[in-house]
Amino acid sequence: MSLPRSPERPAGRGRLAVLFEQAIELLIRLCGISAIVFVFGIFFFVFREGAPYLAQLDLGAFLFSSDWYPSNDPAHYGAGALLLGTLSVTLLAMLMAVPFGLGAAVFVSEFSAPRTREVLKIVIELLAAVPSVVWGFIGMSVLGPLIKDVFQVPLGVNMFNAALLLALMSVPIIVSIGEDALKAVPDSYREAALALGATRWQTVFRMLFPAAKNGLLAAVLLGVGRAIGETMAVLMATGHSARIPTSLFDPVQTLTATIAAELGEARQGSEHYQVLFLIGVLLFTLTFAVNLTADLVVKGIRRK
Amino acid sequence: MFTETLTGRKKQRHERVARMFFGLMTAAMVIPLLLIVGFVVFKGAPAMTWEFFSTNPRRGGTAGGIWPALVGTLYLILVSLCISAPIGVLAAVYLNEYAKENWFTRIVNLAVVNLAGVPSIVHGLFGLGAFVYALHFGKSILAAALTLAIMTLPVIIASTKEALASVPRSFREACWNVGASRWQTIWRIVLPNSISGILTGVILQVSRTAGETAPVMLTGVATFKAIEGGGLFLYDLREQCMALSMHLFYVRTQASGAPEELSYAIAATLLGVVLLVNTTAICFRVFLRARKKW
Repeated sequence: MSLPRSPERPAGRGRLAVLFEQAIELLIRLCGISAIVFVFGIFFFVFREGAPYLAQLDLGAFLFSSDWYPSNDPAHYGAGALLLGTLSVTLLAMLMAVPFGLGAAVFVSEFSAPRTREVLKIVIELLAAVPSVVWGFIGMSVLGPLIKDVFQVPLGVNMFNAALLLALMSVPIIVSIGEDALKAVPDSYREAALALGATRWQTVFRMLFPAAKNGLLAAVLLGVGRAIGETMAVLMATGHSARIPTSLFDPVQTLTATIAAELGEARQGSEHYQVLFLIGVLLFTLTFAVNLTADLVVKGIRRK
Repeated sequence: MFTETLTGRKKQRHERVARMFFGLMTAAMVIPLLLIVGFVVFKGAPAMTWEFFSTNPRRGGTAGGIWPALVGTLYLILVSLCISAPIGVLAAVYLNEYAKENWFTRIVNLAVVNLAGVPSIVHGLFGLGAFVYALHFGKSILAAALTLAIMTLPVIIASTKEALASVPRSFREACWNVGASRWQTIWRIVLPNSISGILTGVILQVSRTAGETAPVMLTGVATFKAIEGGGLFLYDLREQCMALSMHLFYVRTQASGAPEELSYAIAATLLGVVLLVNTTAICFRVFLRARKKW
C-alpha cells in the first residue's frame, strides 16, 4: 500500500523527535532492501568460492559428461549425470504431483463445503511443514522396503522412491497456489457456465482451467522449483549413485545431494570444493529462472 | 417445482461423478500421508522415554538419548529468530507502509520471492562462504543461525506484510489526523493491530528452522557434541552444536548398528515438534481471527 507523505509536522515536535523519526525511517528502508542485498550476497559468495576453477572449466564436459570421479587422479568433474538425475527425478515427481495437486486444488476450491475446505487446507498446511529430512527418513525406512516388495526390485532407494517423495512435498504448494488461482476466477464466469447448462466437468475443464491457466502454471512452476532445490530427501532416498539411469528403479544422484554429501570431504579451496560451489551456482541459476518465470506469469494475470 | 427430466438426471450423475473424481484425487494424496505420519509416530513411541529426551547419545549415536540435539535446535531457533524477526518485520513495514508502487518496489518483492526459492543447500554454501570463511566465524552456532535467519526471512516478510495490509487505512488516517508522525502511527496503531499475523509468521519461521538440515550441516552443526551433566548453557555461540534434524540424518544413514526404534523415535520427535509449532500457529490464527474488531 503506498501512502502519501506524512502530514505536516506540528510545530511543537522537538528536534530530537524528528531525528529519531529520521533514524527509524532509515533503518526501515535498510531492512526493506535487505532481501535484494541477500540475493546478490548469495550469488556473490557462492560464485566467489567456485570462481577460481572457472579458468580450467570445460563447460561442455561439466554439463554433459557423466564422468563424476572427484577422488580419482586426475579427477573428472562431469556433472551431466547429476544434472540428468535432478531433471529426471523432478520430471517424474511432477508427472505424479501435477494431476493430483491440481485435482485437489479443484476439489478444495470448487467441490467442498466450507467446513471440509477449512479442514483440508489445514491438513495441507501441516503436510507442507514436514521437514525434508523426515521425508528422507520416510523414504528410506517406510517407502523403500515397500517399493522393494511391491515392484520386486533389488534396491528400495531409487529414482522412483525419491520422485514419490518430491511429489508429496510439492503437492501442498501446488494445491495452495492453485486454489488461490481458481478462487481468483470471478463467480460470474461460473454462473455463466451454469446458465449455459454446462456440466461440472465442462465447467472445470473448459472454463475454469483456461481462465486460471496462468495461476495454475505458476503453481506448477513453484512446485518444480521446490523439487529441484530439495536436498535431504533426495540425498537419502535416491540411492545416490552418479550413473545415467536406465529404468525407473535405478538409483540416481542429484546436484543438491552431491553438494551435501561431498562438501564435508572436500578441502577448502581444493578443485573438488570449487566445483561443488559451481554446482551451487548452477542450482541457483536454475531455480532463479524457474521462480522468475513463475513470478512473471503471475504478474501477467494481474495486468489483465 | 421442476419435474425431473432425463437430461436433468444425467446432469446430476455427472455432478456426482465429478465430485467423486476430484474428491478421490484429494483423498489419494492426503490419506496415505496421514497413514505414513501415524506409522512413524507408532513405531517411534516405545523408544520415547524420559531417558531418551534427557541424556546424551552414546556409542556413536547408536544408543542413548537426544538431549544435546534438542538444546542445539533450541539455540539455533532462538539465535536465528533474534536476527530474522526484527529485519523481517521492518522489511515488511517498508514494503507495506513506505514503498511506492514503482519498479524498485517490484524488484524488492521479486528479491523476496527469489530468496524464498533459493535451494536450502545453496543457502548452506552461502553461509559457508560468507560467515564461516569470509567473516571467520568458523563452523559455529552463530554461522548456522545467521544462515537460517536469512533463509527464513521471506517467511516472516510475507506473513507480516499480509498482516499489515489487513489493518484498515482509516486507522492510519485517524492517527495522522491527531498529529502523529509516520513512525508513531506504525508503532502505536499499525503494529499492535497486526501483531497476531506477525506472530503467526514468527511461529512458522520457528517450525521451518527446526526442520532444516542441509544448510546447517555445512555451517555449524556437528554430528556429536555432548552436554555433560544435563546442563543447558554450555554452548558458546562460537561452538558447534547438535541439531535434531541432523541427528536424525546421522543416526539413520551413518551410525551403523543403530536400532530401528531409535531413528523412528527421533523422526517422531522432530515431526512432533514441527507439527506442534504449526498447530499452535493455526490455533492462534483462528482464535485471533474470531475476535478481530473490524
